[in-house]
Amino acid sequence: MLSLKQRRSLNTLLLGVLAWGVALAIFFPIFWMLLTSFKTEIDAFATPPQLFFSPTLENYTLVNERSDYLHFAWNSVVVSFGSTIIGMMLAVPAAYSMAFFETKRTKGTLLWMLSTKMLPPVGVLVPIYLIFKDTGLLDTKTGLVIIYTLINLPIMIWMAYTYFKEIPKEVLEAARMDGSSLFQELWRVLLPMSKGGLAATVLLSLILSWNEAFWSLNLTASEAAPLTALIASYSSPEGLFWAKLSAVSTLACAPILIFGWISQKQLVRGLSFGAVK
Amino acid sequence: MKSTALNAGPASAAAEPMQDSRQGGIRKTSRINRFMVSPSVIVLALWMVVPLSMTIYFSLIRYNLLYPGDNEFVGLENFQFFVTDFGFMAGMSNTLLLVGSVLLITVVLGVLISLLVNQAFWGRGIVRILLISPFFIMPTVNALIWKNLLLHPVSGVFAAIWKFFGATPIDWFSEFPLFSIIMIVSWQWLPFAILLLMTALQSLDQEQQEAARLDGAGPCALFFHLTLPHLARPIAVVVMIETIFLLSIFAEIFTTTGGGPGYETTNLAYLIYSQALLQFDVGLASAGGLIAVVLANIAAFFLVRLIGKSLTEKQ
Amino acid sequence: MANLTIKNLKKSFEATEILKGIDLEIKDNEFVVFVGPSGCGKSTLLRSIAGLEEVTSGHILLDHKEITDLAPAKRNLAMVFQSYALYPHMSVRKNMSFALELAKEKKDVINQKVAEAARILELEPLLDRKPKELSGGQRQRVAIGRAIVRQPKVFLFDEPLSNLDAALRVQMRLELARLHHDLNATMIYVTHDQVEAMTLADKVVVLRHGQIEQVGTPLELYRNPANRFVAGFLGMPKMSFLPGTVTALDASSVTVELTFGGSVTLPAAGEHLRRGSEVTVGVRPENIDLVDASEASLTGFMDIAENLGSDTYCYVKTDGQETLTVRMPGNFTCNYGDRIGLQLHADECHLFDEHGNAIQKPTQMAA
Repeated sequence: MLSLKQRRSLNTLLLGVLAWGVALAIFFPIFWMLLTSFKTEIDAFATPPQLFFSPTLENYTLVNERSDYLHFAWNSVVVSFGSTIIGMMLAVPAAYSMAFFETKRTKGTLLWMLSTKMLPPVGVLVPIYLIFKDTGLLDTKTGLVIIYTLINLPIMIWMAYTYFKEIPKEVLEAARMDGSSLFQELWRVLLPMSKGGLAATVLLSLILSWNEAFWSLNLTASEAAPLTALIASYSSPEGLFWAKLSAVSTLACAPILIFGWISQKQLVRGLSFGAVK
Repeated sequence: MKSTALNAGPASAAAEPMQDSRQGGIRKTSRINRFMVSPSVIVLALWMVVPLSMTIYFSLIRYNLLYPGDNEFVGLENFQFFVTDFGFMAGMSNTLLLVGSVLLITVVLGVLISLLVNQAFWGRGIVRILLISPFFIMPTVNALIWKNLLLHPVSGVFAAIWKFFGATPIDWFSEFPLFSIIMIVSWQWLPFAILLLMTALQSLDQEQQEAARLDGAGPCALFFHLTLPHLARPIAVVVMIETIFLLSIFAEIFTTTGGGPGYETTNLAYLIYSQALLQFDVGLASAGGLIAVVLANIAAFFLVRLIGKSLTEKQ
Repeated sequence: MANLTIKNLKKSFEATEILKGIDLEIKDNEFVVFVGPSGCGKSTLLRSIAGLEEVTSGHILLDHKEITDLAPAKRNLAMVFQSYALYPHMSVRKNMSFALELAKEKKDVINQKVAEAARILELEPLLDRKPKELSGGQRQRVAIGRAIVRQPKVFLFDEPLSNLDAALRVQMRLELARLHHDLNATMIYVTHDQVEAMTLADKVVVLRHGQIEQVGTPLELYRNPANRFVAGFLGMPKMSFLPGTVTALDASSVTVELTFGGSVTLPAAGEHLRRGSEVTVGVRPENIDLVDASEASLTGFMDIAENLGSDTYCYVKTDGQETLTVRMPGNFTCNYGDRIGLQLHADECHLFDEHGNAIQKPTQMAA
């Protein structure tokens, strides 16, 4: 017979092993992608799949030659950072205003902003496509920046709002009494106090823009196409380049994956519109 | 100046010195503060109103980019065409099946897995990170990795496992196309459920749990009477937010099956895309788009109410 | 110089009137305390002076200059908040120098002023710490230091001591009194604690329901409260109230038959009273003596006696179930339930009419 204590530690051990098993299973596709990216194309297509092989870096070196990877990566960077910067410039003042100068309409405004997020993109795809076609925004980075700013703005405002709400109003009032202008109050008091939350907001916006794949597939062709579109182009089988696909995918996902790991705890708030902290 | 005078009320009757202090006065500043929200409100209002009213207009006229000419008013004809089209029924049922199955899978597995990792064990931090990783993978990568590296009938990992057990490997995307889509979308969204539920579990009242245990509650009773009620709201949030995103699943279908074979993996979003950008029938696609909007609004109605409730509770 | 004048100040929020027309003069170097129960508008009044609240109508003048609508930054007032409101991301030094930096003071002037404030408040060893590394009392000092360095025209305090524990509160109260003396500054202080009001103020302003009930020195208010509310609000333990009916009156005294036994004849100029008027007699704990039940017409049962060492506070229940508080010497003993007689010092009693307004003492008595 095992004692209660022994039984309990055995339980913990078994549950720990189970948790690890589940985690590894869920992570496996990503691990496999990483592994495949170091294989030669022949190893990548081998049956049964090879777990042990002589690794090569040639996929990574070939990626840029084959598909002009850097061009697409640059588009992703410009579009994600561009929309995030503009988004923050709109979201921070809006969240500041609603968090610290609440009026009767504030709650309604917040909910209405949330509701714009519920508009399914297909509902407005046609007019946006036509507007972009007429204004020459089709297949431009500017066009994507505009769209991404708009679709992420509600989330950014909500996230910044919930962080600002935790800051005691009196500190800002103290700054006002101390002689701060509006800009000084924001820049020297509010932003330093909420930098963790705002950093998380920035990261969430970057992640969402980087991974966005409805508008990027429909509104870009080649000139402004970001990485999501580049990867999608690998679906047309012009040959079996799985190792290269894996290398491109790994490169495309790695930065965002790391961002996500860093900010996972704060992201919950933005992803649930403040409902879960 | 006009509005200043209006707002100043009785004080505006004051003598000269009052005018000086108006410069940078608190009335002006507080108005500036309140109006800092307007740029966001304006762009979001434009984003909502302009395209949507265009969609409504297009849905009522005959408008095909391949046959330019008279865009005559046709009433509800586009809706009629869209709804009676064979693709519509398939699109509707595929959309509902996809959303329903993914919700069921992610919520049930999400609850179980977040409970599993809610206790102390070695390497819990790493396990957490591994579990939430798929959420950060871009949808097109997700789709292609599954299609080519995992589910491929010849060289995929699943095929190797099937062979190892002596079974015939399955050609997932041609034999069970919708199921395959459900599988890869679930993989993508399961981490979202885990992340939210895991966070929610951390705020579970430990003393309450211990009190219940002292009262003789077993693990099952604990789960159904304490844990599950505590998770009710986060689960509702997961369901609602996933619904919004899942109704518009596009890239995963676009990169794997292209809606096929036939209409088997065509959801509403993909159907509208193919009407608009493959067949250039703007009128028909707009009618479909409006139907999608209505559908999303039904879901949104509940979400806004839910989040609105939590907003009022906080204050 | 810092004379503050408030004229008919009104403030409404939606349908609720928070300030219903405040008129007040605050003179240079005065320590003024706004006191009243929560929701009386005292904080709103302070915040209106600070410029943190928009007022609906009326005027605030600082040294005869209109500041009603001036931004808080431009009023040259400093405020100490209840929650201290320190900048959490700045060191103590930075917290204190922030306002001076914004005012573009010279570096050596800033350093000198901060050093001076730190010396006065004994904050020197803490200058490089962040607020979260400080105790409540230390944070309070930093908040005060932040105000001092600016040498404002008026210091505003919004319940600054209410987040401190009892012992620290007494200590800080003394320090504030000393600070007022040393700085010779105009201070406006909001509190709901009547002890702080009594001990700190040159002038107490009692507020209720957005209106000023009475203004005066602490002793004036204690001795001649304008109404029942002020009488009950100031004084610890509270004044006791006994209902009664006027039975006789002349130019300088009123005789009241108490509803639950006994009568008192007290000096009062009750011109507008008649025989039969319903009145209330108010009496402070130090103005009642306990005597043998047979010697007094007003009797009651001993309820609880709290012995504080120096004094004993006896709570006596009359037959009308009112509780009277009586201050007795520290060595006084008695038993729960004892029947006991109460003797009121008629000269020190207060008389209130049916609306709760005080009936003034005859003029020769007050003089």
